[in-house]
Amino acid sequence: MQRYLTVMRLFWSTSLAAEMEYRTNFALAAVVSLGNMVGSVFALYLLFSTGYLPGGWKFEQAMLVLGFFTLMNAFANAVLRVNLSRIVQHVQDGTLDFILLKPIDSQFWLSTRNFSAWGLPNVAYGLIVLMWAGRALDLNVSQYAMAILPLVLGLIVLYSAWFTLGATSIWFVEVHNVTHVLHALLEAGRYPLTAYPVIYQFFFTFVVPVAFMTTVPAWVMMGEHAVTWVAGGAAFAFGAFVFSRIFWRFALRYYTSASS
Amino acid sequence: MTTLLPKLRAMITVHYAEGLQYRAELILWILSNLLPFILMGVWMQAGLSGRFGSMTAVDFARYFFAAFIVRNLTLVWVVWDFEQDVVTGTLSHQLLHPIDPGWRYLARHLAERLTRLPFLAIFIVAFFLIYPTAIWTLSISQVLIAAAAIGMTFTMRYIVQYAFAMLAFWTERAHAIEQLWFLPYMFLSGMVAPLELYPQALRDVLPYTPFPYLIWFPVRVLLGDEVNLPLGFAVMTFWTIVAWTIYRLLWRAGLKRYSAMGA
Repeated sequence: MQRYLTVMRLFWSTSLAAEMEYRTNFALAAVVSLGNMVGSVFALYLLFSTGYLPGGWKFEQAMLVLGFFTLMNAFANAVLRVNLSRIVQHVQDGTLDFILLKPIDSQFWLSTRNFSAWGLPNVAYGLIVLMWAGRALDLNVSQYAMAILPLVLGLIVLYSAWFTLGATSIWFVEVHNVTHVLHALLEAGRYPLTAYPVIYQFFFTFVVPVAFMTTVPAWVMMGEHAVTWVAGGAAFAFGAFVFSRIFWRFALRYYTSASS
Repeated sequence: MTTLLPKLRAMITVHYAEGLQYRAELILWILSNLLPFILMGVWMQAGLSGRFGSMTAVDFARYFFAAFIVRNLTLVWVVWDFEQDVVTGTLSHQLLHPIDPGWRYLARHLAERLTRLPFLAIFIVAFFLIYPTAIWTLSISQVLIAAAAIGMTFTMRYIVQYAFAMLAFWTERAHAIEQLWFLPYMFLSGMVAPLELYPQALRDVLPYTPFPYLIWFPVRVLLGDEVNLPLGFAVMTFWTIVAWTIYRLLWRAGLKRYSAMGA
């Protein structure tokens, strides 16, 4: 365990060092993320501007969801996209051979090798939105603390789903784009689950569990349905993570190195 | 001109054949454009509340479905291709060809659009089978105007992005700068909500910017709704010429700087 933490720190510090060669780009990313944040708030405001309350949610409550969405996006951009979208490259070039030979878990290596600072501004913006909404709703520190667990569970679900999809590239090199589809579907997390028709709610809870990443933490923060959803989320996260590991082992049995 | 068209046709044919190899990938590319369907859910539910003036759930469904079609037909990624060619030096080979490299990128886009069409047709049929209430009809002249509007939107988007792509001569990550253009494309184009719902102050200004013409305008034309056609086409032409001028200036200046990879 200690060894893995050391390795991860090394991975991420070298990634950051490499990216610091492009400092202007980082500044640009911060500006783009800020614009994205302002635009997202504007898009949310449009939904509420005529006094419509989606599923009884107030604007400030929906802002909590947007805050969690921004954090999730930051995680997806900083860790998931830069790592898991490259699995296919390793399969195609045959460089997966080298990774499998390393004396370290291959799933760990593939999932943590890179870290992109471009996602970091979004962490700051997401937290600011959460603070603002929390103040408007009179939430206290313990309520913030309670939201951490469901958020982490949501991120585990997201990681596991993304990794499992990435692992399918062992068989189908051309379907690695399926992760783009997943990324596109995550956009649904911008709005509270209750803003959607019932069939969408079902889809975003059980098929692409976006609900667990943004709406559930907001619910728990507001003290609603806390126990049921966190228990459900924990079961979901555990199951998804174990599945991703089993699936990776299974997929590796079909890996036959480059050009095969 | 007489030699250009056969060349363009040959390039489109080649890229079309190439594109057909990746049909599974293409379906996934279409699916990664699902954002309008997500927003459709939100706004249809909102339409049921009756709080959005005359816009009902069906209106929202049509709007976002048309947005999906427009998005698919006007997709542009030339900045990525061009940047790649400049960074790796592939552009050097293309500069030796007796034709402006710009045509090759355009041919690649047009060919990809052709391969996309059948899949898009399947999507359209499926959507109307699931939700027949949303079917709308257009007269022949409306279809022609819609085709012209969508074609014009593609042209404007393409040339704007190509102008951004020219920055690759100066920076290795032109696409990062192009992200700045993505923001108004996302939030001021009518993508996240029909423009009619925007605050009045924005609605007064936006028609003179290029942004509503990326989504809202072609969508309204495709739905056969009343829009100011002369103004729309005039503004689009204006911004296309502006982008074209910038592109030519940057192209000339950039070529002088360009010295293939690693210099």
